Amino acid sequence: MSGLRNAHVGDPPSHGGMGPAVGSRWLLARDEFPSLLDALRRAGYRIVGPTVRDGAIVYGSIRSVADLPEGWTDRQSAGAYRLERRPDRALFGYNVGPHSWKKYLFPPREHLFTLRRTDAAKFEVSVPEDPDPPMAYLGVRACEIAALNIQDRVFVGGAAVDPGYARRKARRLVVAVQCGQAGGTCFCVSMGTGPAVRDGFDLSLTELLDEGRHEFLVEIGTADGARVLDGVPLRPAEPSDVRAGEARVADAARAMGRAMDTEGIHDLLLGNLESPVWDDVGRRCLACTNCTLACPTCFCHSTEEVPDLSAERDERWRRWDSCFNLAFSELHTGSVRSTTPARYRQWLTHKLATWFDQFGSSGCVGCGRCITWCPVGIDLTAEVRAIRAAAPRPGPGAGGTA
Amino acid sequence: MNGPVRPITSAELEAHAFLHGLSARFLAELLPHTERREFAAGHTVAREGDPAREFFLIEVGKVALEIVAEGRPHLTVLTLGPGEVFGWSWLVPPHLWRVDARTLKPSRVVVVAGPALRDALEAHPEDGYRFLRRLVPILARRLDATRLQVFDVYRP
Amino acid sequence: MSTAPEIAGPVAPVPSHGGPLEPAPFTVRARAQETRDTVSLVLAPAPGSEVPAFRPGQFNMLSVPGRGEVAISISGDPGRAGEWVHTVRALGLATQALAGSMPGTLIAARGPYGQGWPVDRAWGKDVVIVAGGVGLAPVRPLLLELLRHRARFGRLEVIYGARTPDDLLYAPELAAWRGRTDARFQVTVDAAGRDWYGDVGLVTQRLPDARFDPASAVAFLCGPEIMMRLTAETLEGRGLPREGIWVSLERTMQCGVGLCGHCQFGPYLLCRDGPVLPYRDVARLLRIRGL
Ligand code: SF4
Ligand code: SF4
Repeated sequence: MSGLRNAHVGDPPSHGGMGPAVGSRWLLARDEFPSLLDALRRAGYRIVGPTVRDGAIVYGSIRSVADLPEGWTDRQSAGAYRLERRPDRALFGYNVGPHSWKKYLFPPREHLFTLRRTDAAKFEVSVPEDPDPPMAYLGVRACEIAALNIQDRVFVGGAAVDPGYARRKARRLVVAVQCGQAGGTCFCVSMGTGPAVRDGFDLSLTELLDEGRHEFLVEIGTADGARVLDGVPLRPAEPSDVRAGEARVADAARAMGRAMDTEGIHDLLLGNLESPVWDDVGRRCLACTNCTLACPTCFCHSTEEVPDLSAERDERWRRWDSCFNLAFSELHTGSVRSTTPARYRQWLTHKLATWFDQFGSSGCVGCGRCITWCPVGIDLTAEVRAIRAAAPRPGPGAGGTA
Repeated sequence: MNGPVRPITSAELEAHAFLHGLSARFLAELLPHTERREFAAGHTVAREGDPAREFFLIEVGKVALEIVAEGRPHLTVLTLGPGEVFGWSWLVPPHLWRVDARTLKPSRVVVVAGPALRDALEAHPEDGYRFLRRLVPILARRLDATRLQVFDVYRP
Repeated sequence: MSTAPEIAGPVAPVPSHGGPLEPAPFTVRARAQETRDTVSLVLAPAPGSEVPAFRPGQFNMLSVPGRGEVAISISGDPGRAGEWVHTVRALGLATQALAGSMPGTLIAARGPYGQGWPVDRAWGKDVVIVAGGVGLAPVRPLLLELLRHRARFGRLEVIYGARTPDDLLYAPELAAWRGRTDARFQVTVDAAGRDWYGDVGLVTQRLPDARFDPASAVAFLCGPEIMMRLTAETLEGRGLPREGIWVSLERTMQCGVGLCGHCQFGPYLLCRDGPVLPYRDVARLLRIRGL
């Protein structure tokens, strides 16, 4: 369906105008990639994207192409992650690492505001100086766009709008990258979130590496995306280029490291809250919180007050928290979820079932981070399979007209 | 005013919620061993450790069951009102009261002699079963409640 | 001329205030020691500020600035504008600071939040209210609202359970309520000395002689979960359908507006979807341990 629209090759980008049409596709030579970074910076964006640090590909500031993990790939499995050299010099030849974009939109620690006592009966509220410049997220994968959409719904989609998140969301530019390969723990196909980037981006890149070529297919997603391309040397893409890009994404779709049967998953999990599987996985789980920190949609947090000595100022901070922490469900009489099985159940049922009730979608996008970064290799796709297998089936006498 | 009052009739006995539906023969056997008593408020009807020879059906008033221990104030653990029953130690060896029973209000009770009741229950197993079917749920409910009281359900 | 609705203007500028977590200044106007560890506070807004109206069963987030913020249900009269009343039991740092606040103390408050009691469901019906411990606090606005509209519903049975006679809240008011002829208030405690002439026993033991028409009654329950479960089961045993029962649930709350994830109870965010929920919807979940 997208083929029809994209088979048409538009005019070259105009310089100084609105830029190329939304939906049009172009080619950018690898050698010209720095001009895209320059253009993003010229447009006022701080660029953040993948970079190699401490043996992993994480997200950080990108000052030049040299900061990107050129020629690197990652090998991932349950509880394991390793960087390896690629035979080529791909800039985006890997999948997702331990970081996600949520650290920019929903920082691990955020100063919300300060109460400053003005007299005995009053205080003033001041918001910290706006620390958030516009940011271009370079290399956002399809599952990550889905995760952005999910967190957007949590923080700005309900009755209560989080002002900091809203501010940062309004200033983000999403430069997506389509996956040309799948990671060992990926299951975006099962979750319907990837690997093709379909919407929710300003620009989308597909790295074309076949037969010695090294170019990027660039799709314009929004007027903002078109505008920043001003001055970037693009050539119109041919239908064959578009097909080559689609073929790469199809390769990724075929190479999914994991699969999860999501059929009836909401009712499956909520109907099996006392499955023996919870105890089994709870015995293995260390309640280390890694999965929740790595997960691009986990949003649970705690607020803290930091008083100063004079008691005239009270700073309100927010920090990431995790449902795996005992204190997370603490009531004055004790913790509600006092056992690890109860906490694992809370996490998994939230991701895959109650998120639908609370926010109208799944809370899992199939990125596989929680599988890779679990120190004991707990794999939620396997746990769901186990719950399905252990679920009592309706017996011969149950319902129906015999 | 403490003491026996107008005797109870078989019709009144039969009408009491706890005894309703038991056989006429069974109730007729009990009648001679049954009397009605009235107590002023604050009267100790039974004392912990005393021989337990009576079964009480409250008609009017309010009775507190108290735990009494040397050197500690009396502690009320349950209050009972019209339609409720107390005292089953006549059924359970060694037939000694385990609580004090004390009226909180002027009260009127129907008292059945325990040994006679025991004999009647033995002699009429069907009535005996019905009687226990009524008594056991009451015991079970009180046990449930006591558990939650021990659990200190409203504790801060 | 077209009467098409006006198209919304450009997207509103992103707010630069503290957002939904920003509290407003209040001061303690009056303080009443309810029990050894529980006080009621009347909070007045800063001069010139309004107090948002609330519905019975809703809660606010309160803090003595710097001492921690905590969710406290509103226990005042919904018909009385201009103040918020809260009953606070000193348990942790934040509640100790609140409970210790003398008149004049500055309090940061925001709210009201959550879904309260479905008062409308009471009209034309018999009403049974069962509260335990500090669970009477979120029920008090409901009672005051109901009593203000006494003619609009049938019988009113209130059963209130507490640890001991010394733990009873709102003692003077309780005495007045118990003196009413158009409602029956039963008070029962877990244990009492000889100076207590009221009932001793669990709230469920007062239910058998509660008078209501099971076919047309509603019940509102608030207290420890186990107490509400036993009460709901006992009411069901008396023929009151599940559909007629509501419960007020408690989980830790931090943001109050559905952002922080603390107050999840299965599919519900209690700050947003509760704390009052239909028993029909939560009966099964209440039986799952560690949810
Ligand atoms: S639950 Fe696991 S696979 Fe799903 S989005 Fe979170 S980290 Fe990715
Ligand atoms: S599932 Fe794994 S990553 Fe998550 S808390 Fe348990 S041990 Fe840690």
